[in-house]
Amino acid sequence: MQIHIKSDGLPIYQQIADQIRHRIIAGQLVVGDEITSIRNLAEQLRVNPNTIARAYRELELEGLLEKRRTKGTFVASRKSRSSLKERRERLQPHLDAVIIYASQLGFSKEELMDQLKARDSIILQNRSGTEEDLS
Amino acid sequence: MSNLTDGNLAVDVSDLKRCFRGKAALQGVNLKIPRGTIQGLVGLNGAGKTTLIRHLIGSLRAESGSVRVLGHDPVQEPEGVLKQIGYMTEEDSLPKWMRVGELIHFCRSVYRTWDDRYARELSEMFSLSKNTKLSGLSKGQRARVGLLVAIAHRPLLLILDEPSSGLDPIARSDILEAVIRTISDDGRTVLFSSHLLDEVDRVCDHIALLHNGRIIDALRPEDRDHRYSELTYLAAESWNPPNTETVDTQWQGCFGWRRSGKEWTTVLSGADHQSPPTFEDAKLIGQGPVSLQRWFEASVTHHPSSTVNHVQETNEAADG
Repeated sequence: MQIHIKSDGLPIYQQIADQIRHRIIAGQLVVGDEITSIRNLAEQLRVNPNTIARAYRELELEGLLEKRRTKGTFVASRKSRSSLKERRERLQPHLDAVIIYASQLGFSKEELMDQLKARDSIILQNRSGTEEDLS
Repeated sequence: MSNLTDGNLAVDVSDLKRCFRGKAALQGVNLKIPRGTIQGLVGLNGAGKTTLIRHLIGSLRAESGSVRVLGHDPVQEPEGVLKQIGYMTEEDSLPKWMRVGELIHFCRSVYRTWDDRYARELSEMFSLSKNTKLSGLSKGQRARVGLLVAIAHRPLLLILDEPSSGLDPIARSDILEAVIRTISDDGRTVLFSSHLLDEVDRVCDHIALLHNGRIIDALRPEDRDHRYSELTYLAAESWNPPNTETVDTQWQGCFGWRRSGKEWTTVLSGADHQSPPTFEDAKLIGQGPVSLQRWFEASVTHHPSSTVNHVQETNEAADG
């Protein structure tokens, strides 16, 4: 996995979790894929192993990863998911950024909604191969 | 995390004080490093980092307070401590007239726990040739030799004092990888003193900020967003933040005010619980995470060095 770490203030475990989460949601990692071991990723990124473990733990709690004893960490089949409230909170800063940027570029609310729908159908088409995993 | 009883601590420094020519260099330092963790040590030049480290390796005696390293007093029982410590410093302190192979041979005879296979592996990884004189190596290659002889006896405690200052990015990266491997191999302990805050942020479990001979803050990188946030205010031209310089306490949790045009930023502590202060002439326009750099700057400006200015020079002389 190619993870990029910036020093802009966001905790490193969060940056790592965000990038793995993005890969799973976007279908680049699919159910059953094995994730780089904590130790290997720590050495590769020159990051404390506890930080990697913390990122993986977050994703386990969200139901995106599962640890199989002695075998490693894998992308989970998505049965257990975090609560609606948690998911809303996670989405909120991204929504805010889009809304602010759209209004700055002069889009009306309706135009923004239309564009959201248009992009959504394009993204769905692009990942149709892995769609059943993402329900 | 392990509890902080004696056996679980690689380093246990209590109320350590030290003066140089009557000027205080360490003013009651407490530092506990649990085994199996990476402890970062940051601070301005002359803050006392090297002085503290020299107490750990037994080259300075505690004037008051106590120092225990791996359960021993490093001054009273140096043989119990030194063979289990690996030490690498910023200075180019290796004997330059030696050849790489001779230095390795020498260190091998000093340390009973020397691991030939590991030493060979590191030599190959760093492309070091036995016959090269140290004086003929680049600074980066000499640092790699220094790293090799600091870790090939697989020390229980690895102390790095500014190991990567002035090195190229690849040499720095090699050092960081060795640090990560040292603790993930078998739960060894690392003390990492550095000015490179990005690196400290990446590798450390705990970070202590030493300022004017005192540890003024300690945090875990992963807790930073729970403990601090950065606030941005848009203020009227004439506005000034509440004066936090004259009082030694933070004002409603805010410290380290900084201005850019009409915008002011400040670091808010207790970010999870405390609500940002409100002002008549300044509007809160943003709240976000604090970088380690911002935390560092805000913390050291919040603790002005006016009363102990003279300590810095003295300590720097002792550091060098």
